[in-house]
Amino acid sequence: MYEVTYHRASSVSEAVKLAKAGEDSKFLAGGMTLIPAMKTRLAAPSDVVDLRHVKEIRGIKVSGKKVTIGAGTTHADVAGNAKLVRVCPAICKLASSIGDPHVRHMGTIGGSIANNDPAADYPAAMLALDATIITNKRAISAARFFKGLFETTLKDGEIIKEVQFTAPAKCGYAKFPNPASRYAMTGVFVAKGKEVRVAVTGAGDDGVFRAKALEKALERKFDASALDGVSVSASNMMSDIHASAEYRANLVVVMAKRAVAAANA
Amino acid sequence: MSEVSMVVNGRKVSGSVEDRTLLVHFLRDNLGLTGTHVGCDTSQCGSCVIHVDGKAVKACTMLAAQASGSTITTIEGLADGASLHVVQEAFKEHHGLQCGFCTPGMIMAAVDMINRHPGGLDEATVRAELDGNICRCTGYHNIVKAILAASKKIKSSSARKKKAA
Ligand SMILES: Cc1cc2nc3c(=O)[nH]c(=O)nc-3n(C[C@H](O)[C@H](O)[C@H](O)COP(=O)(O)OP(=O)(O)OC[C@H]3O[C@@H](n4cnc5c(N)ncnc54)[C@H](O)[C@@H]3O)c2cc1C
Ligand code: FES
Ligand code: FES
Repeated sequence: MYEVTYHRASSVSEAVKLAKAGEDSKFLAGGMTLIPAMKTRLAAPSDVVDLRHVKEIRGIKVSGKKVTIGAGTTHADVAGNAKLVRVCPAICKLASSIGDPHVRHMGTIGGSIANNDPAADYPAAMLALDATIITNKRAISAARFFKGLFETTLKDGEIIKEVQFTAPAKCGYAKFPNPASRYAMTGVFVAKGKEVRVAVTGAGDDGVFRAKALEKALERKFDASALDGVSVSASNMMSDIHASAEYRANLVVVMAKRAVAAANA
Repeated sequence: MSEVSMVVNGRKVSGSVEDRTLLVHFLRDNLGLTGTHVGCDTSQCGSCVIHVDGKAVKACTMLAAQASGSTITTIEGLADGASLHVVQEAFKEHHGLQCGFCTPGMIMAAVDMINRHPGGLDEATVRAELDGNICRCTGYHNIVKAILAASKKIKSSSARKKKAA
């Protein structure tokens, strides 16, 4: 790891100020992506600003169907939240499928969506739930927030404070984990509120996306059988040593069926 | 450089470290607690697992500076003098180790897992919970057996304590 200067912030405004003062600062949340990247010198910030002690961005609020999750909330806390599991069990299940217990104790939802790894789980939930990402500057819809591989609309020094969404009547998540890394080789989040939204992670060659053909079929009948015979084109799928584009295209439909079955269970 | 201080295995410690120092190196090099191992560069193997403020984390993926102010337990802090912790005892009894390299992390992960499942564990849960701990020797069977046995023992002794109270 290259040299770095560590700072600890206790509020969002202090974190913004500390980050601004550094030459090439990065926020440090759970560190489960940033520190491995620094260890291998893929990332080399001059300064890191630790957000783990910023209380105002931690915690989960559920009021009726309205859900607010602080950016600094760990995967373990999302997975185990009793109020959240009652209104939106799929997001708890998703969080419990991230990495391993030790990663879940540190990693945060804010860090995951800021990083926008094309194989990360949370982006699919944010897009399917039509979530709003609240930063220290603005509110951004998930559809506008995620931009391709590891890209978001976040500006330098902008902090995610929380994400908000309205829990849909039904939702489900199904993930085919990469056997080595446990990241999603294909993960599908299905939400049925006023409309049906199907978001896919791990499969697309440009990051998380909505599967419109599957949404259309599920609008007619919200049942796994509605996807029988429906196929997804392999042309925009990722292809690597783990799986070909065709294999991933097939997995999208299979995972969507499982997600719908989970939503209806 | 940063001044860091924390409570490690019940002892207050402090030191001056480069900001880029990983917690695992602070434990091993500054404090001489070499029971916590480093088995990979990718945060995947779990041989470095310790407890920070009561939760299992990978000491190779946290800066010492991040851990300043917290309370830490390492493998060296589990035994009570000469008597081993129930989980250590179970690994010995069930032959849950061969070369032993992964064992400190396995045991710290197991203690954390058992703490989070006071109602007990089943084999599928133990295997899923071991996602972040890699062992190149044992094939996991005896590790799983050891954790199940320790979980049972801890559950029944806490039930006895409850009854007595
Ligand atoms: C072994 C292992 C397995 C994993 N498996 C999975 C998996 O199966 N699925 C999955 O989705 N992920 C997986 N992850 C990644 C994990 O979920 C990370 O926790 C997550 O991607 C990043 O969150 P973090 O809090 O650790 O962020 P950090 O690593 O601290 O930061 C990541 C990036 O986000 C920025 N950032 C952090 N917080 C904010 C904020 N509030 N506002 C703006 N920017 C911010 C940082 O500056 C940095 O650029 C795995 C990681 C490991 C080490
Ligand atoms: S040394 Fe491998 S996970 Fe920490
Ligand atoms: S006992 Fe050798 S790595 Fe597990």
